[in-house]
Amino acid sequence: MENEKSKFDHIKGWAVDADSRNEPTYPMKKYTGDDHQRLNYTRPYQQPRNVEVLHSNERPGLTAVFGTSVPPSGLSGKVRRYAFNYSEGSFGHWLPLLLADRINVAEGIIDDFRKGVIPNILSEKGWKAEWKYNRKGLVQKVLVTAAVTVVVIGLLRKGNANG
Amino acid sequence: MNYRGPFRVRADRDKPYPEILHPGDAIVRVTRSCICGSDLHLYHGLVPDTRVGMTFGHEFTGVVVETGSLVEKLKPGDHVLVPFNIACGVCPFCKQELYGNCHESNAEATAVGGIFGYSHTAGGYDGGQAEYVRVPYADVGPVVIPPEMDPDDAVLLTDVLPTGYQAAEMGGIKIGDTVVVFGAGPVGIMAAKCAWLFGAGRVIVIDHLEYRLDFVRNYAQCEAYNFRSLEDPVLFLKKTTGDYGADVCIDAVGCEAAGSAMQTITGRKMLLQAGSATALYWAINSVKKGGIVSIVGVYGPTFNFVPIGNVVNKGITIRANQTSVKRLLPKLISHIQSGYINPKAIVTHRVPLEEVADAYHIFSSKLDNCIKPVLIPPSAYI
Ligand SMILES: [Zn+2]
Ligand SMILES: [Zn+2]
Repeated sequence: MENEKSKFDHIKGWAVDADSRNEPTYPMKKYTGDDHQRLNYTRPYQQPRNVEVLHSNERPGLTAVFGTSVPPSGLSGKVRRYAFNYSEGSFGHWLPLLLADRINVAEGIIDDFRKGVIPNILSEKGWKAEWKYNRKGLVQKVLVTAAVTVVVIGLLRKGNANG
Repeated sequence: MNYRGPFRVRADRDKPYPEILHPGDAIVRVTRSCICGSDLHLYHGLVPDTRVGMTFGHEFTGVVVETGSLVEKLKPGDHVLVPFNIACGVCPFCKQELYGNCHESNAEATAVGGIFGYSHTAGGYDGGQAEYVRVPYADVGPVVIPPEMDPDDAVLLTDVLPTGYQAAEMGGIKIGDTVVVFGAGPVGIMAAKCAWLFGAGRVIVIDHLEYRLDFVRNYAQCEAYNFRSLEDPVLFLKKTTGDYGADVCIDAVGCEAAGSAMQTITGRKMLLQAGSATALYWAINSVKKGGIVSIVGVYGPTFNFVPIGNVVNKGITIRANQTSVKRLLPKLISHIQSGYINPKAIVTHRVPLEEVADAYHIFSSKLDNCIKPVLIPPSAYI
């Protein structure tokens, strides 16, 4: 160990936490006995529920504390409620949730317009940073998109002329 | 910060000021918040139940402005660092110091505890990429920042450093072990650094971005290789460890790994598995027989294509968890004070909160040699 130590002199703190008891079961097996009591512990005070909170069907009710960030609403909310009929490990749970997330994006844009906000999608995507740090990439992307657009329009016109 | 959909976020002013909803809550005025590699999974739309209108951010520090009637340990004016896990402190899992597995903080799922700003799958809490944030169980998680500590060091104690440390700890590293870390993001960098604290004899990092490899070589005094220039990273790692395999492999990448077309298409494009598991695949295949694989990379709730046959045949121990930040804080604070670790050195970008969209884009697209961005709210110039 002394030999090893001098080899690692350049590394501050080398082996300060070396501990023969650091076998891989630590800290998972930091046994307290409490885990055998299952859910019979004194639960924290229950946060009052004033918004809709979906909860996993793998537990009886809400946790003592929960988030209230964005309650389910609209069509995406309907899909989310449906997803929570399935357990956490099931496709029936998470595929509908991913679908709901996509629906939610459209709802977000509609909601913006309803509030009189025109979402500045370029700025939301960080185009300013792209322009600053990846100008070449951005220019390329714009040129490729423009070229593809021109070709597609050309093909459509040709199609129309022929038809 | 307001999530509007994949690759779209913005700074909004009309989000209401958070309220005390439970007597154990505190309201904190944010002084620093980071964007984390795992926020990118949300930003890319890969985490189920990430709702439009959410505020992300699970790595933050702030000043307490208000406390609920049951809060005893904190008072207004305290400058605190807030662990990313929301933990009650009294359930059987918290009692076992498994703060990342709390049973009373996430109604939406039982497999994962509550996490600030990390989708509704992690509890539906708004996060710290904001001016003010609600902190539940304020007596359990937050720790007052020692007066001499740099606030940038403090904010990295909320996730990045403890997660890197726990990755090394779960590896059960013995004196002289060869440790391979997959991923040279902030957590991989810290894992490589912390592997030495457990007495590693050799630390190797694998990534595909040259600037990150350069950074980790300097910061963690380790070897670092680009898998794009290796024909087969597993074969390379076998060869360089005497045809034997590493003693410990750490997956610090998670569900957006590059490097395997099959994993990328099925995991990242088609979402048929819970993200691409390339790093885990490599870790299992390049660890020695009887070795330990430690996973801190984020994966989704369902299944992944993982070579489980090799796990069985090689007798590998796999250890994985969300980090118990609170459990590790006393030790890590003392390591910072002793000069063993200098977390703030990984901060490459300091961005005003109003420019959050640009910060996400820079980090996500790996522009401007970005390692770790810190967001500063307008009210935080202290
Ligand atoms: Zn994080
Ligand atoms: Zn708990």
